[in-house]
Amino acid sequence: MTGPFSLHNWQAWFSDWSYFAEGFLRTVYISLLGLFFTLIIGLIVGMLLCGRNRVVISICKGYMSFFQNTPLVIQIFIYYNVLPKLGIRLGIVVLGVMGLALYTGAYAADIVRSAIRAVPTGQMEAAGSQGFTYLQAMYHVVLPQAVKIGLPPMTNQAVNLIKNSSVLAVIAGGELMYCADSWSGSNLIYGPTFVMTGVLYLCICLPISLLARRLEKRSTRNV
Amino acid sequence: MFEKWADAFSVVFTPKILLFLGQGLLNTLYIAAVSIALSLVFGTVLGLMRHAREKLVSTVAALYIEIVRNIPLTLFIISMRFLTKLPPLESGIAAMTVFTSAIVAEIVRGGLNSIGKGQWEAASSQGFSRLQTMWHVIIPQAIRRIRSPLISQFVTTIKDTSFCAIVGTYELSFTSKIVAAHRSIVTAEDILVLYLLVAFIYYLINRAFSGLARRERGNAMKGVVR
Repeated sequence: MTGPFSLHNWQAWFSDWSYFAEGFLRTVYISLLGLFFTLIIGLIVGMLLCGRNRVVISICKGYMSFFQNTPLVIQIFIYYNVLPKLGIRLGIVVLGVMGLALYTGAYAADIVRSAIRAVPTGQMEAAGSQGFTYLQAMYHVVLPQAVKIGLPPMTNQAVNLIKNSSVLAVIAGGELMYCADSWSGSNLIYGPTFVMTGVLYLCICLPISLLARRLEKRSTRNV
Repeated sequence: MFEKWADAFSVVFTPKILLFLGQGLLNTLYIAAVSIALSLVFGTVLGLMRHAREKLVSTVAALYIEIVRNIPLTLFIISMRFLTKLPPLESGIAAMTVFTSAIVAEIVRGGLNSIGKGQWEAASSQGFSRLQTMWHVIIPQAIRRIRSPLISQFVTTIKDTSFCAIVGTYELSFTSKIVAAHRSIVTAEDILVLYLLVAFIYYLINRAFSGLARRERGNAMKGVVR
């Protein structure tokens, strides 16, 4: 059999599997870190958006508007090209995590805000009447209820973040997509590489997507 | 301080660079527009298939949607570029259509599912067939609800055209990368002005669509029958 999917090509791919395993692990690693910081950004910005300070709110809205309406690729180009010239040297992983977290955080903030808004204001008032401070009420009363509402869309954003981590291939990020792109280019073996890369991404993303779907169903059932 | 920025502006805002970026912008818009149009067609068909009562049809559609949605668009882009003989722009369009159709299908399905069972029952009690109900009752209501998420998806699609930079397609992001590597672009200010200009172009286009999506969301809330 010849062509892009010949047996020889498959053998070549499998003999170099460890190279892809490394890229796969790096994708997982970057995604987990990215998700962690996304949640932090989302929580902080989302809570600030529910506050009363107008200046803070417009700053948060500006952040979300810029990061949601410009491509991640351009944002990454900016960090990659401008920061070193300002004397800030970040490793490719740190830069990738930062780029992904700032980008996805803009969406996470939206989710956190609507989740907090969906909790009836009576909850906050009741907590206040019991002597809770704003932050205490947020932490003990409002956020636990908001988590239930925000979890399904947040899970979808996690999948987006993992898929978007592949953009780091444009700056030689060393993650799975970069491995696929560079290995296939230097060995001129495309078919098996792309199929197996797709399978590897499916292994991470599909379970999370299915989880999101189940969470969505459960939350709509309760409403 | 000010001089540096003034210098940066004069370095970036030259006819040559602007024309080159403009060419990239045209390619970006071309890829985005054709991909969106094709995805609307294929995505709607897929969404209707997913919603079909025929088990085989809906399973095939579900498989396509679930697999494609959970693989990064970048992989489709490099696959189309290196496994087919399509020219750069067209291979980008093909990849984006394959991917975006799955997303559109999900939106269409969500819209169809959101229409209450009562609508189907009421229509059938009036003697409508299943197809007639779909066409006259369900689809008009579903369209009103999916307009906003569809427009939001346009924003994503326009942003996603930048992924084509990975295979060196001359769209806006890749052309800006080429300009950034030119010898006239030296200082951090130069690069920042260049990329902020490009970001601003994307921003203007996407902001217009985002605003439209928000307005549509408001409209969709009105006059919905559960």
